[in-house]
Amino acid sequence: MPANAPPPSPPGAAAGRAPRRPRGRLDLGAVGLQVLAVAAVVALVVYLADNVSTNQRLLGIDSDFSYLDDPAGVLVAFSDFSPGQPVREILLVGLKNTALVALPGIALTLVLGTLLGIARLSPNWLLRKAATLYVETLRNIPPVLVIIFVNAAVVLGFLPTIQESFSLFGLVELNNRRLLVASPVWTDGTAAWLVVVGVGVVAAVVFAVLATRRSFRTGVPHRRVSRGVAIAVGVATAGYVVLGAPVALSRPVLDGPSFSGGAAMSTGYFALLAGLVLYTASHIAEIVRGSVQAVAKGQVEAADALGLSTGARLRFVVLPQAFRIAIPPTLNQFLNLTKNTSLGLVVAYSELTLITQQVIGNGSPAVQSTLVLMAVYLCLTLPISALTNVANRRLQLVER
Amino acid sequence: MNPTRPPAQRDEPWTWARRELFSGPVNTVVSVVFGAALAYVAYRIVAFTFLNTEWEVVRRNLRLFMVGRFPIDDLWRVWAAGYLVVAAIGIGAGVTGAVAAETAVAKGRPPTRLPTAVAVGRFAPLLVLVVVLVSLTRTVVPGLLAVGAVATLLASRTAAHRVPAGRARALAWLVALGALVGAFLVLTGFGGVGWDAWGGLLLTLFATVAGIVLSFPLGIVLAFGRRSRLPAVRWLSGAYIELFRGVPLVTLLIISQVSLGFFFPTSVDPPSLLARGLIAIVLFESAYMAEVVRGGLQSVPGGQVEAAQALGLRRRHVVRRVVLPQALRAVIPATVGQFISLFKDTSLLGVVAFFELLRVSQTVLSQPDFRAQGLDAVTLGFAGFIYWVVSYTMSKESRRLERRLGADRA
Repeated sequence: MPANAPPPSPPGAAAGRAPRRPRGRLDLGAVGLQVLAVAAVVALVVYLADNVSTNQRLLGIDSDFSYLDDPAGVLVAFSDFSPGQPVREILLVGLKNTALVALPGIALTLVLGTLLGIARLSPNWLLRKAATLYVETLRNIPPVLVIIFVNAAVVLGFLPTIQESFSLFGLVELNNRRLLVASPVWTDGTAAWLVVVGVGVVAAVVFAVLATRRSFRTGVPHRRVSRGVAIAVGVATAGYVVLGAPVALSRPVLDGPSFSGGAAMSTGYFALLAGLVLYTASHIAEIVRGSVQAVAKGQVEAADALGLSTGARLRFVVLPQAFRIAIPPTLNQFLNLTKNTSLGLVVAYSELTLITQQVIGNGSPAVQSTLVLMAVYLCLTLPISALTNVANRRLQLVER
Repeated sequence: MNPTRPPAQRDEPWTWARRELFSGPVNTVVSVVFGAALAYVAYRIVAFTFLNTEWEVVRRNLRLFMVGRFPIDDLWRVWAAGYLVVAAIGIGAGVTGAVAAETAVAKGRPPTRLPTAVAVGRFAPLLVLVVVLVSLTRTVVPGLLAVGAVATLLASRTAAHRVPAGRARALAWLVALGALVGAFLVLTGFGGVGWDAWGGLLLTLFATVAGIVLSFPLGIVLAFGRRSRLPAVRWLSGAYIELFRGVPLVTLLIISQVSLGFFFPTSVDPPSLLARGLIAIVLFESAYMAEVVRGGLQSVPGGQVEAAQALGLRRRHVVRRVVLPQALRAVIPATVGQFISLFKDTSLLGVVAFFELLRVSQTVLSQPDFRAQGLDAVTLGFAGFIYWVVSYTMSKESRRLERRLGADRA
């Protein structure tokens, strides 16, 4: 920040928002303006709704949501959904498939993006340049293109045949037909074990809270993370042993011409997941790099002056501050990745948007179907968005 | 910024390599591994570009990639429009440069004039793209026209740089704006070609410019709405922003194609499919623009407003002359970032059946001569290169502008 920059203003006093009037005095102009604004919006909505219902009546289309109970009449690849099941259930399948990309995608993106971000800060020139090359290339092309490219590479034979399937410890199998992942199998003891795991997690959280309090009181290091994790893992392992291996793992096994066991996904799924991870990781890398560099230089120098080691400097001075800066934009990227799962339709992956398109093609009313689709997406994205807003606000309070 | 900076240290190559690459066993291993990896990537790129790739599919379909199914007889319109746009960009760059130079002089710094080598380096990717495109053509005319376009750019920039401050400069901006409008008119007007017949890069660029021009003002209005002192206005703006930010653009585009027609009264014809696609893009992007502008508004210190009010400025003058200029300047990088996103997002028009750049790179693969030969990497690589050049140049330029403005403030 330049030396003579204006000092940061207190929150609430920023420009654009006039100071509030004292309560109890009614400003007729303001009230009138607001009534006018609301009335205009309501009138617009009513007008549009009226147009829709008129158009639907003329075309003989239902205006209600009863179609949700009609049979979907669509098959879903890699799912045991039967066309006779109602539309509302096929939407749930779509939601599940969207989550199957979004959740692993977020985890993998975080790992790859953090590694790339660290690589961009590396003292090694070659590593730095390699990471820069990756980031500047991937960030500047559309994500759809990345996904189509990965898909084309899959089809073009960069992946091995089923017989020579690429294997990761026997847990993940990738070939030019399918992606297979080892999947847990629900047995009688599973529910009980999950309860035990839950108890372990609660115990760990309680310990962390108590340890933090004690640390504040006495100054003894709390070690809440390492010990808390140890408690949770310990309880889970003990429960696993006592209950006699309550969760089986179904591994994909080559069985003649095809694989059996595990969860099978299409190569389209692989292309979508890989494409989104490769693309979004370039943005996460920039966030990681930017937020580490945004930590004031004086902080690093002060840590050095105190004689902290490199590790201690990173852990106690740089990373906590960088982390705080990085959280809101990272959440934003997670939001983008979640929304970009809708690109699955270019690789024929049956997520929410593609399924809605198919259902509309099969006779469901377009307006209602798309309204439901929007509502489902909002249910997915608004919580993340709200979380981002909270993080933003807390960040501001801490900074000022 | 700092006149007494220590002179940059220049190392012997070997000292440099020792420090940067081989300063320890771990570093050495990393250098060897990544050196090998980078060399392999470089080899693959060179081999792909020059040795074992048939660019015939791009060469023969270059017109499709550039303008889609735009009629051949009207191609001169595209060139004319291109010249007008180039002239407008030149004028804009010239005037901006002149303003920056004057600001620098007013603050007691020498006006920065870039050495030619640096200026060429800045636009190297763009120049490479032009050379690539020209090398793919079969006649000499496009090459000559491209050289003419570069000359037009330089000439208009130099001319605009000499325009004195004041009314003449405002006129220069007006001429640039007129050239842009003229470009649109020369394409569509006087028996021209309607935008439904556009395609390829032309459609991609048109959708980007139209999206920016329409969504930016809407975003500013929404940003002020979200910070209004009237709760109802605040809630309505917030609801709009969250609603359209929360839904993927692909979804909005599909909605615009299958549902939007229902929302128009029976008495009027619903807009064309492309117009509906643009509506979806504008609804989506304006919500994002609003958040960017809001960030800028938040960054303007309250004392600025109070000072303006103390001077007796009217409220709309406070907004227009004090708040907005500072707010928009503070978020130039974020705004350009949003423009780049919009540019990349236009590729989604291809997903819903419009014939833009990405879609062309898919459809040419179904031509009899090029079917099922594994040419995906060729056409996608070509389209990807165009996307990359435009996005990369925009982001580099915005960072440069940011640095220059940062220097102005110090």
